[in-house]
Amino acid sequence: MMNREEKLPAYKLSIVQYGIVAILLVLLSGLWRLQVVGAQNYRALAQENRIRKVPIMAPRGKLFDREGRLLVDNYPSISCFLIREQGRNIEADFPMIARGLDMTVDQLKSAVAHYRTSPKYQPIPLKQDITPDEQEFIAAHRDELPELEMISEQRRLYPRNGFAAHLIGYVGEVSDEMLNEPQYAYYEPGDVVGRSGVEQSYDQLLRGQDGSQDIIVDSRGRDVGTLGREPAIPGKDLKLTIDLDIQRAAEEALGDRNGAIVALDPHTGEVLALVSRPTFDPNDFAVRISRGDWDKLITDPNHPLMDKAIQAQLAPGSTFKIIMSVAGLQEGIAQNLHVDCQGGATFYGHFFACDQRHGLVTIHNAIPLSCDTYFYTLAQRLGIEKIAEWAHRLGLGQKTGIDLPGEVSGTVPSEQWKMRNFHQKWFAGETISVGIGQGALQVSPIQLARTIGGIASGGVFKRPHVVFPNELSTQYREAILDSYPGAGDVKVPIDPANWEIITEGMAAVTEPGGTAWGSHLEGIDFAGKTGTAQVISKNAGQNKIAANVADRPNAWFVGIAPRRNPDIIVVVLWQHGGWGSGSARMAAKVIETYVEKQRRLHHNVAQPPQPVEVGAVWSNPAHPDALGGRPLVRHAANQTDASMRAGHFFLHLPAGSAARPAPALFARRSLSQAASPAVYHAVNQDANRAANTAANGAASHAQNHAQNHAAGPVPARPAEVARLER
Amino acid sequence: MRRTISFRDFDWLLLAVVLLLCIISILEIYSATLHTKFVGFHTKQVFWVLGGLGAMFILSCINYHRLLGWIHWLYLFCLVSLAGVLVAGQRVMGARRWIRLPGGIHFQPSEWVKLILIIAVARYFANLARRELSWGDVAKAGLMVGIPMLLVLKQPDLGTSLTYFPVLLMGLFLGGLHWKKALILTVGALVLVVPVWYKVLKPYQKQRLTSFLNPDTDPRGSGYQVKQSLIAVGDGGLFGRGATKGTQTQGDFLPIPYTDFIFAAFSEEHGFVGAVFVLLLYFFVLMRLIQNAQTAADLSGTFLVMGVVAVISFQIAVNVGMVIGLMPVTGIPLPLMSYGGSSILFTFLALGIVMNVRMNRFVN
Repeated sequence: MMNREEKLPAYKLSIVQYGIVAILLVLLSGLWRLQVVGAQNYRALAQENRIRKVPIMAPRGKLFDREGRLLVDNYPSISCFLIREQGRNIEADFPMIARGLDMTVDQLKSAVAHYRTSPKYQPIPLKQDITPDEQEFIAAHRDELPELEMISEQRRLYPRNGFAAHLIGYVGEVSDEMLNEPQYAYYEPGDVVGRSGVEQSYDQLLRGQDGSQDIIVDSRGRDVGTLGREPAIPGKDLKLTIDLDIQRAAEEALGDRNGAIVALDPHTGEVLALVSRPTFDPNDFAVRISRGDWDKLITDPNHPLMDKAIQAQLAPGSTFKIIMSVAGLQEGIAQNLHVDCQGGATFYGHFFACDQRHGLVTIHNAIPLSCDTYFYTLAQRLGIEKIAEWAHRLGLGQKTGIDLPGEVSGTVPSEQWKMRNFHQKWFAGETISVGIGQGALQVSPIQLARTIGGIASGGVFKRPHVVFPNELSTQYREAILDSYPGAGDVKVPIDPANWEIITEGMAAVTEPGGTAWGSHLEGIDFAGKTGTAQVISKNAGQNKIAANVADRPNAWFVGIAPRRNPDIIVVVLWQHGGWGSGSARMAAKVIETYVEKQRRLHHNVAQPPQPVEVGAVWSNPAHPDALGGRPLVRHAANQTDASMRAGHFFLHLPAGSAARPAPALFARRSLSQAASPAVYHAVNQDANRAANTAANGAASHAQNHAQNHAAGPVPARPAEVARLER
Repeated sequence: MRRTISFRDFDWLLLAVVLLLCIISILEIYSATLHTKFVGFHTKQVFWVLGGLGAMFILSCINYHRLLGWIHWLYLFCLVSLAGVLVAGQRVMGARRWIRLPGGIHFQPSEWVKLILIIAVARYFANLARRELSWGDVAKAGLMVGIPMLLVLKQPDLGTSLTYFPVLLMGLFLGGLHWKKALILTVGALVLVVPVWYKVLKPYQKQRLTSFLNPDTDPRGSGYQVKQSLIAVGDGGLFGRGATKGTQTQGDFLPIPYTDFIFAAFSEEHGFVGAVFVLLLYFFVLMRLIQNAQTAADLSGTFLVMGVVAVISFQIAVNVGMVIGLMPVTGIPLPLMSYGGSSILFTFLALGIVMNVRMNRFVN
């Protein structure tokens, strides 16, 4: 059937052979193109495929008080990030992600839009501090949504109820505006930075350096191994100059009142306590703050976010009489000035009132009596130029250079200042008002603390600071000085005789007959000066507390202990508080706490006090211990404690926590003391409003003065605490 | 006078090269499934190869003229089994391709249909030899191959159905189709492609056929597969990443790296050098087959071997072409390399026929 002689023509099989050779050549050329020519490119693509950069967040440095007690800690929390390297368009899955993470699609879209311009390897933070449910969602949807990554971060744990909130500050995501500024050149969108207080001024030290990890993933984004690891460098722990005991006393003393308290060690400029009211809870910022809460904070007329200790610019009232006294004595005028106070006097055709008829007043009793008539007269004799010169020289009208952001410089008015800012001539009557710390004069509590602390130290003025300079490298210390310029450390020679007159006058303030006699502390050399600064230029209701709270004067008090070369100065500002004597009681509480602590230390030299563990006061409110109100003994460093939750830590500050009953003498209130006069006259209202704008000019003026006075008496640092006692 | 056939005439060299390819395949399957749930597939492949060897030896003992004589029954069996798959086949990922045999073995009838078509085409054209093919002859041959093709296309299994086509082409070419008729057929086929494209092909098939031209248009679908395959091959470079070290293969980026994309996996881990070596082995196998076709005792023997050459060379061209981005993703396995019993069995059965043709070359 089959013809076995048949053969196919040989050429046909040859054609097939050539065809196969041709096919193989095409395949070989394809391989050559991919594996030899394009190898580098495809190697890179393969690496990109499988390696995912996951950041390792550096924990921020902790903050301690001067005795090493914990103020600010961290706690671990999980954040959800979106990885974009996979190249998939994830928009379609937004509704699902939104459901799982309890967000809105719009929130997701805006988060992604925000990072549009960032490099692709940088993950987008979607939600911070996610709940266990949300973690579960991400874990369960690994296959569908490999782009979602959970990253463990350390979050800030602040004292609750706004304890020391303005001093510490808070952290938040770096804003777009900040990124445009040169000092944030190396920050990336999404970085967490300090937004106020120490958190901001020492951000570079506290933040550390984030590391990263190269994770090998498979095609579904599942981790299959780790390639490289660049560990995070934790931020530096910082020891603040704050004394927790003093801070706590100041917090309690100010209570819910509107204002600020600053306590300094005038020998060094170390800030022992810094309080501003109303306060805010920085824990609300640790996780992104809700819009509603934020709006509430920034629209509050009392400005809770404002650190009034360094940012309030207000008329100093009678506390300025200390500066007037220095000027008057140093100029040789006050020594021989005798004024017969008949409840006021007429200057340049206007009657300027005093609150009482003090009779014969000299420099020796002018301060305790706070006699306006005397200082009106002194101001007239000195003239505004001399007053301004001395105010500058002593540190007003310029920043102190404290290492906290946002310090204001205040205003010291002068003829030149008024001409420059208002193109108006100076009215002689304005000088009279300035003489009692009214008019266009504006100071901040921290300025007053540095200035009066320096005067009481015999003319040695120190830059206030909240971090010990020896905690910092030389380079960083200089950077801080550059970033926060101000009057700094200055010596202004003050004649020892004058020094004694002024400090004796301040000591008499808390003696019977002084304006703060009600705050007299038995056995403590407590000196000071009250100030009652008008907030409205009206004569009405001058001698009684105004019915409208907003019209009440601001109550100042500057307290020192001991009277000469003080170890502590406390400045209290009570906005709309009425009389300076009220502020004096707050200062007295702080000073008393300080002195008692020094005595305790002094008597127990061999046995240093056990540090109070601040960490012990954080706990979960749902915890039975917390509800029972029993003292909690739980260490904040124990971060694995299941009862801990973000933003819900409690700093118990019950009345008894200071461990001391209020001294009996505070019960014996006396309002019989004379308060400063409520009269102030003929001050240009515009001058008050424009004072802020003038501040900078005044500061440079003052610095020139300061440089001219380098030498002065150096008061010896007291070795004995006994010095504080009378 | 017929001489007794002897295994001395067995093509041992061809078998050696084929087994070398199988060993390379098993090693690569081991590497590619190392971190997947398919780990251990290489041992299964060893059994398939052993089974294939056995089948090959059995088939090589059956005179190919007998196979040619049984062709009507075989062809009928082929149609019945394909229809059976459509009616009662195992549905895997939306396609009925598999028949479950007793003992848990799954089998793809479309693979052995390939073999039967080779035999049918060989017999048909060998009988027509020495005269120019008429239109009727072409039409008959077309129907003979076309019916199983349509049945497989219906499963749907585009790739396998396409592999039947080169058998027909080879038959027409060797059978003596006049070039004018060939031209007319080519034009006609092109015209026919249009309705097939719009009516018969499913959207995913169309996308697979076009996305290789521009993989980025569909980065998650078949374009993704092509892209990952290109990256894998390119990542291999000149000498490869080393066995079990290919990141594309091990990281599960490369789709099915032990079957359709095994050449990509091999190229990543053994580089240009390894890939060229494997292609040369294939080249040797094909040349050796053609040599056997030349020395065949009669036309039907030549046609049988050349049918095998047509299928294997087509599959190599399409599979490797797909891996390096020159061909669409069609799901055609690489003979002797891709994991899979049906494919291995087909190749060894085809080799069995070739061996028989060779052993009978001095008969007569």
